Amino acid sequence: MIRALFPHPVLALGLFATSLLMSGSVEPPSIALAAVLALATPQVMRALDAQTIRIRSPKAVLSLAGLVLVDVLRSNWAVSAIILGRRKQQRRSGFIHVPLDLKDRYALAVLAVILTATPGTLWVEYDSATGRLLLHVLDLIEEDEWVHLIKTRYERRLMEIFE
Amino acid sequence: MSQAILLWCLTGAQALLAAAMALAAWRVVRGPRAQDRVLGLDTVYLNGMLFLLVFGVRTGSSIYFYAALIIGMLGFAATVALAKFLMRGEVIE
Amino acid sequence: MTSVDLPAWAAVAVGLLALAGAGLSFLGAVGLCSFRTFYERVHAPTLGATLGMALIVVASVLFFTFVEGRFMPRELLIGVFLTVTTPVTLILLARAALFRDRTERGRDETAGDA
Repeated sequence: MIRALFPHPVLALGLFATSLLMSGSVEPPSIALAAVLALATPQVMRALDAQTIRIRSPKAVLSLAGLVLVDVLRSNWAVSAIILGRRKQQRRSGFIHVPLDLKDRYALAVLAVILTATPGTLWVEYDSATGRLLLHVLDLIEEDEWVHLIKTRYERRLMEIFE
Repeated sequence: MSQAILLWCLTGAQALLAAAMALAAWRVVRGPRAQDRVLGLDTVYLNGMLFLLVFGVRTGSSIYFYAALIIGMLGFAATVALAKFLMRGEVIE
Repeated sequence: MTSVDLPAWAAVAVGLLALAGAGLSFLGAVGLCSFRTFYERVHAPTLGATLGMALIVVASVLFFTFVEGRFMPRELLIGVFLTVTTPVTLILLARAALFRDRTERGRDETAGDA
């Protein structure tokens, strides 16, 4: 019953909040509109036959979010320093290949958002057949270090959450 | 006093964002390749959106929020369409 | 300027947050102009799209919370929207650039690192 009404609970909750914020009020009419949207729109997703997101460990979500926040702050600082011209000589940018063990589509999407949202790294191409990710790094010091960082810092936690 | 500080800070923020838009526009004109121009255009959109948000704080009106949201959406659609065009030579396959 | 009864600390905080965010976004634009290759330039605007945007959004939320006298963080929508869309545009653009480099110049910049 609950499954039939809410095939995608996270999506429904997000739509509810978005609609309330767009109307900018918590009066009954806005809540009614938000509820209608939250109930009706996920039904459309049935036609798309999308996989439901299953979050295995909510604690890992929080720890990943905190980690990403810190990394975004730190890499913003690092890229600002590069633009302001410190260490202009020895800096080298380039592509690296990262072999990923992650297979879940949502987990890969989250990883793409994380890597691109931290300035200094950019997700370029992912080959789902070989699981190889092509990444561009602005400040490339040691390729193996980057691969190690991504695999231990993000991939392990994403696997905890999604797989 | 604090009002004056706020006003000066907002003026400074708007000047910085306008300068950022000018720099990005320079990248659009300069190129050298098409992808640089698209990236410049995306940055113009981004800074225009932030400019409107700051403008909303300055005037105390929430109407600018909606304008900023629309600019953000248009910027996203435009950049995606242009990137698709660069990749394939046609927008809709 | 219609700020009615903004406490002094909030006014200063809103101003400084907006200024810092704008400064970061400006730095991103400077990077866009000063980096030498396209793949380096792609990194620059993310400064404004992540922390710069976040600071300005927080400033706006703080300001309107005090002015309207209630907590309605509408601007968070912009934050969420931009966080989700920026990677999509940048990834598409980087892939388009890579594709063009590979086909037009017959040069694969990624090959050496494999």
